[in-house]
Amino acid sequence: MSQLSTFHVGKYLFGVDVSLVQEVVRLQQITPVPLAVPEIAGLINLRGEVLTAIDLRSRLGLPPAEGGREPVNVVVRVDDEPVSLLVDEIGGVLEVSQVPFEQTPSTVDERVRDLLLGAYTLPDRLLLALNARQVLDVGQESRAA
Amino acid sequence: MEAIDEIVAEFLVESHENLDQLDRDLLALEQNPGSRELLASVFRTIHTIKGTSGFLAFHQLEKITHVGENLLSRLRDGRIGLTDERATALLKMVDAVRGLLASIEATGLEGNADQSHLIQTLSALLEDGATPPPAAAPPAEAAAPAAAPAAPAASGQPGAEPATEPAGEPTAAGEPAAAASGAATKRRATKKATAPAAQAQATDASPAAAGNEPPAPPASPPLGAVLVEAGATTKDAVEIARMEQDLGDQRPIGSILVEHGQTTPAAVDTALETQSAHRSVVDSSVRVDVELLDSLMRLVGELVLARNQLVSRLDDSTDTAKDSSLARSAQRLSLVTSELQEQVMKTRMQPVDAVWSKMPRVVRDLAKTCGRLVRLEMEGRETELDRSVLEAIKDPLTHLVRNAVDHGIEAPEVRKAAGKAVEGVLKMRAYHEAGQVHLEIIDDGAGIDPQKIASKAVERGIVSQGQLTTMTPREILHLIFLPGFSLAPKITNVSGRGVGMDVVKTRIEAIGGSVDVTSRVGRGSTFRLTIPLTLAIIPALTIGCAGRRYAVPQVSVLELVRLSGEHARGGIELISGAPVYRLRDMLLPLVRLDEQLGLVPMGSADADSAIKDDERGGFIVVLHAEQQRFGLVVDDVLDTQEIVVKPLGRHLKGIPVYAGATILGDGSVVLILDAATLARRSNVLANAQGAATVENDKDDETVDPVLVVEVGGGRRAAIPLEMVTRLEEIPAESIERVGGREVVQYRGHIMPLIRLSNLLGAYGDTPIEGVGIQMVVYTRGERSVGFVVERILDIASERSGTRSDIDDHALIGSIVVGEKVVELLDIQAAVLSADPHFYSAGADTDAKTPMEALA
Repeated sequence: MSQLSTFHVGKYLFGVDVSLVQEVVRLQQITPVPLAVPEIAGLINLRGEVLTAIDLRSRLGLPPAEGGREPVNVVVRVDDEPVSLLVDEIGGVLEVSQVPFEQTPSTVDERVRDLLLGAYTLPDRLLLALNARQVLDVGQESRAA
Repeated sequence: MEAIDEIVAEFLVESHENLDQLDRDLLALEQNPGSRELLASVFRTIHTIKGTSGFLAFHQLEKITHVGENLLSRLRDGRIGLTDERATALLKMVDAVRGLLASIEATGLEGNADQSHLIQTLSALLEDGATPPPAAAPPAEAAAPAAAPAAPAASGQPGAEPATEPAGEPTAAGEPAAAASGAATKRRATKKATAPAAQAQATDASPAAAGNEPPAPPASPPLGAVLVEAGATTKDAVEIARMEQDLGDQRPIGSILVEHGQTTPAAVDTALETQSAHRSVVDSSVRVDVELLDSLMRLVGELVLARNQLVSRLDDSTDTAKDSSLARSAQRLSLVTSELQEQVMKTRMQPVDAVWSKMPRVVRDLAKTCGRLVRLEMEGRETELDRSVLEAIKDPLTHLVRNAVDHGIEAPEVRKAAGKAVEGVLKMRAYHEAGQVHLEIIDDGAGIDPQKIASKAVERGIVSQGQLTTMTPREILHLIFLPGFSLAPKITNVSGRGVGMDVVKTRIEAIGGSVDVTSRVGRGSTFRLTIPLTLAIIPALTIGCAGRRYAVPQVSVLELVRLSGEHARGGIELISGAPVYRLRDMLLPLVRLDEQLGLVPMGSADADSAIKDDERGGFIVVLHAEQQRFGLVVDDVLDTQEIVVKPLGRHLKGIPVYAGATILGDGSVVLILDAATLARRSNVLANAQGAATVENDKDDETVDPVLVVEVGGGRRAAIPLEMVTRLEEIPAESIERVGGREVVQYRGHIMPLIRLSNLLGAYGDTPIEGVGIQMVVYTRGERSVGFVVERILDIASERSGTRSDIDDHALIGSIVVGEKVVELLDIQAAVLSADPHFYSAGADTDAKTPMEALA
């Protein structure tokens, strides 16, 4: 994993293996799914395909974004099923093979720590590498079952 | 499959098709043992499989088909007759071949299944020796392992063979087997006459002959006819040559004609070419991978969506913005898209025969096992269905057919005793109607006795006796579709395992179809499946709820009721959190969609005020699911359209309320609701299934809803809701008196009335003139009784275990409803007090009540 596709959520910079990212789209419409777990933001129409969108803020235990900014869909493909991750803003693709890599600091909230592979210490800030599989592993039971 | 190369894959596909044909032919042959045409067809099929399997070095397969072929060739030549054992053995051979092919498909190898027994059986059947070979038949069938002695007639011929070789050899590969049925095989036999039998067979199966040549379609004309058509010879000459062949000349017809000087070798060659050209015309279809069709269908789905989007945009745009040429183009696109959709759907359509063709075999085998005589009739074989639908109905259909043979049609002696034809008729019908496919399985057997069903259902604890009395015969018949219900007196390996009918129903309903059964005791039963043509694109109703849109498959929708004005939501009767609506005086249980989706807190309808002040109107979508009617309360009904069902991702699969999602014309994603789940979630179905669940799960509280009424003087009584057919309000003046009883004219009948206050000894207030009288109507079959009550109070849920026994006339016991004790009415006793013949007058012949009859 030498290249990471990066994006901003809250004040953090996250990255996910670029080979997992199918595309990045900005879509207006999202259809909420009642009874789904709160991390599921809803369904989007990606060129005729119905995709589940996961709200990364909610998934990471961050408060909802303030202001009416449209989230960006980072469509990742794991196990051949594309799923959209809603992020605040997209960053660039970073080459990280030369960047020092560290285990996730133990100070990070335990819930979030499971979702991270570790952190790349960029000169000016930390780049948190997401474990895409874990992130997508949202509770599949319905809330009001 | 990757490991197997294309040739093998091709061989498998072809062979599977051939085997199905073989099954059909063999069964037809049993009916018509003398048919040379059928025998030739069967022989040809086996021969092709044998040849190819030899070429591909599937030796097991080759061995089995080889013995099979021997048997067939003797049958074809009329040397032995087609007996029952032979037919069975041949069918077994088809099964064995199928098994080997399956193994090849799965592993690329034949597997280690021991086929020697079957081979022995087949070989043994070669010999019955009873029928001497007819004179015309070539005794030179040396191919048979029995190694019949070479006949002088055959050995005399080889001299002529070399001369005709140029014309004869291409025939071996090129002449259609139909024409060759006599000539080609006989010629080969001649050559083999001097060679050892085994070797002869090996030549026969040579790769050149079998591997490269597809089985010749029987449609090709015989060589003689081609020659006559080309003017290269005369009809008479061909006739003479044929006769010579019949008399034992082993050579192909071309050679004989050349020898007679009736044609030239060149003309024969040309004719042979013409013959093969014929074949390629016949072969004008292409085999297409099903996956390709599926993806084509998906793409067309997308196109339909894009078209819908475009059209809806154009409709929305203002007049000034409308470009007429653009509109025209859009219209063209729209038309072409619709047509394309239709055509692509057609490519996926297969005749129902694809599934039916297996049935004759199923019926034959089962009839043999069960000792039945069954004639299978099929009507509408060509009726087409989408292949995904066909796939889904295969098992349910097979089950119904097996069931009809095993349980429906009686044993011959029973039929005879009943004065019916000894042979039972099982009829399968298929036809299109109203955009749906109807499949019927009709037998003329014993029929299903509702009484038996009823007693069995009670015995199994599937329904209570109380429930039974309110059920119509049709409803009772439908009990067979409940899980755990089986009528078979003893468990056979055919049926009677208690699985089946419920699975049939679930499977059919899963694809949006329905199952119905009608039956007449002693006359037979009819199972009717109604199935959508396709699953990919379905008509759906779009509804609005809490500002969002949802789709409901049209197939579940019965009708729409608008709640407006005085009938606004205030018209919903909210009783103890169980909302109901009086729809044409029938009680319709309601489900609020916003509640079900968790958009408003559950049970917020409890507070009467919360809903009563809600005058914003809305709609009740009356849905039908799992044999139940219920109303779905929504805010808005938008439109109906064809939608493309898209599956939900794994994150949402666990939420049963959604059957999928779709994309509407404006590009927005909309969830598709599952009616059956909604019904279940709202406990509407609790009473139908409650009894069945008690059996399995004692901890599970069964909640039987009851109607709580005020009888008079503040006294309350509860009537099981399932006993309530209607609630009515009648003017007091309409009550008439007949022989000391109170009656009303109700729906064209005279209906006796029972004043519960009198019955229970409550001191009811005298009815006030001009005020409506509240009445609870109970109907069974044709008859009704009206219970006059003071007031209808409530619908409540009876908690099991809170029932206590009271030894009183017309009361079963008492229950606690809302911390108040309410007496539970014994409907039967109450009804009998008003009309002692109530239960005996209908279909029942004796004077017993069903309760007594069942006891």
